[in-house]
Amino acid sequence: MFNRADRLPSRYAETIVLVTVLTLTVVLMSVLTRGRLLGIRSFEAMAFQMPLLGVLTLAQMLPMLTGGIDLSVISTANLTGILTALVLTRIDVWYATALGVAVGLTAALSVGAVNGLVVAFFEVSPIIGTLAMMILVKGVALAITRGYVIAGFPNQFLFIGGGSVLGIPTPFVLLTVTAIAMSVMLTRSPFGVSAYMFGSNPVATQFSGINTRMLLLRTYTISGLLSGLAGLIMISRFNAAQADYGASFLLLTVLVCVLGVVDPAGGVGRVVDVAVALAILQTVATGFNLMGLSSHLANALWGAILILVIIIRRSLSGAGFQRS
Amino acid sequence: MSVVPRVSGRNEVYLLMVFLSLVAVLATFSDKFLTLENVFDILRNYSFLGILTLGELVVLISGGIDVSFMAVATVAQYVMGVAITIYPFAHITIAILLPMSIGAALGALNAVLIYYTRVHPVIITIATLNVFYGVLVFLTGGRWIYELPNSFFAFAQRMPIRLMSKAGVPYGLSVLTLIWVFVAALTWFILNYLPIGRKIYALGGNPEAARRAGVNIFMVMLFVYAYMGLLSGLAGFVQAQLTQLIQPNSMVGRELDVLAAVVLGGASVFGGSGSVTGAILGVLTVAIVRNGLILMKISSYWHDVVIGLILAAAAATTAYQSKKHTRRGVRIYVQ
Repeated sequence: MFNRADRLPSRYAETIVLVTVLTLTVVLMSVLTRGRLLGIRSFEAMAFQMPLLGVLTLAQMLPMLTGGIDLSVISTANLTGILTALVLTRIDVWYATALGVAVGLTAALSVGAVNGLVVAFFEVSPIIGTLAMMILVKGVALAITRGYVIAGFPNQFLFIGGGSVLGIPTPFVLLTVTAIAMSVMLTRSPFGVSAYMFGSNPVATQFSGINTRMLLLRTYTISGLLSGLAGLIMISRFNAAQADYGASFLLLTVLVCVLGVVDPAGGVGRVVDVAVALAILQTVATGFNLMGLSSHLANALWGAILILVIIIRRSLSGAGFQRS
Repeated sequence: MSVVPRVSGRNEVYLLMVFLSLVAVLATFSDKFLTLENVFDILRNYSFLGILTLGELVVLISGGIDVSFMAVATVAQYVMGVAITIYPFAHITIAILLPMSIGAALGALNAVLIYYTRVHPVIITIATLNVFYGVLVFLTGGRWIYELPNSFFAFAQRMPIRLMSKAGVPYGLSVLTLIWVFVAALTWFILNYLPIGRKIYALGGNPEAARRAGVNIFMVMLFVYAYMGLLSGLAGFVQAQLTQLIQPNSMVGRELDVLAAVVLGGASVFGGSGSVTGAILGVLTVAIVRNGLILMKISSYWHDVVIGLILAAAAATTAYQSKKHTRRGVRIYVQ
């Protein structure tokens, strides 16, 4: 145990722990895959795979900063995907791609806004409100598609998930832009600062004259919009849309956030740390894939890494990590 | 404070009214709905979710949450499947007790991690869900087990009350339903009549107050998560009985069904409130809605829409009531 005086400032300590874990993971996986992990092809594969979970994680991160959670991110992404897919495959006009994207994102925005209304104005706890929304939205998506896959989109649209901009995969560009925008919004805008404030003390935030209901409404609306973006990336990459893709991603988004030092109680978390956490998970997944090992073992290892990081953090900072 | 039990009691009355009116509606739409055959069928098929709901109820009352129970049930069920295939002459009680003890051990591990790390239980149990399930599927390759001993298959056919349908097919009260009833009675007894039960409510209501009143928080958490694990193991056995085979991928992913049923039953995700009656009514409401929609020949694709709407309505009603309740008098917190 460290004395209080010996302790690193926790702001850097946690990033250092994460970067160390990332370095160790990269070294370990490079050795295990005999260097194939560091090849250009695996980098390219990672850059195509990471954005889906990445954008979903950002969608999850924002409500978690306010002490909430959004269980409906995956079903919102799927609903967006289905509506966009319907427009793309049924409506034959030159602006079909733009129309599809607009319809999908509008739906995602609306789901997010309803989540926000339920949490902020009806004062339903976020776990329950978004759980009900998740079941509901998934039900609507199933009712629309009857479980079928909608496939075959125009090339214009496939650019979102499979194209490249100056040699960099488009989805990765989208993830980077989203992450930077979110980081700027959280640290530089009044909305971001009050979101952190609300997360650490909702009552004090309300009494300091901030309209907390509007704050929550915006939080969940943005979360919905980001889920929609993830939905577009997803169907564009798979060239198909379905009602229940990626159900296992839901708990993974929470896992990445917590690994990335987002406190589920609210008020703590930075985009940079979440990005490092995402890179750790992607390295493990790609490494396991290259070694031909089961993705289930990768899942188990992700869980183990999470517990390990939590225990390391706890012993570094004494009882300091979890605020009471 | 006598107001609190009265209010939570009222929640169950509302749910009971909703439940009974649903029964009335479904009975008028379908003449098959209120037959003994259908009722026994529902009670049998929902015993698995019912048992898990009771476990999650105890966890929610203590102020925690567990999402690893399906993974625990899967692991416990699989180990039992392997064991009884290797020793096919083992008594059926071993097939029941083995998964229960494995479940309890995994639950206890959850409790230790949650207590030691002081991190929110949802995070720890997401992590252990991945670890338990990932390791199991990796080691077994996700293979199904079909060749279970006859004694195992025969158990599911036992019915304490056996009747004959007009077509000559036997039906009746399944032994699996009895297991659910027994677990409900046990949980009710623990929560209401044992000291540990009152400590669980105390911990969920206000952990700091419970600690100052001398409650050993670690022991209570150990009990709560081990009990959830124990019931997960039992539920794993029941699910294998219902499907008559062991499929590692059949349970994980349905965690939120259980959570929805508990919440529908009036348990709060903030801890300190919830009851066995509510948990049973919650499961039965979901059960009759799904069953009724099938009997009314409504496409199964709409079922989740209906369940989602009911859950949203229940959550909004509960939230509205607690808001009204707090408005009646200003609460003043004194140090």
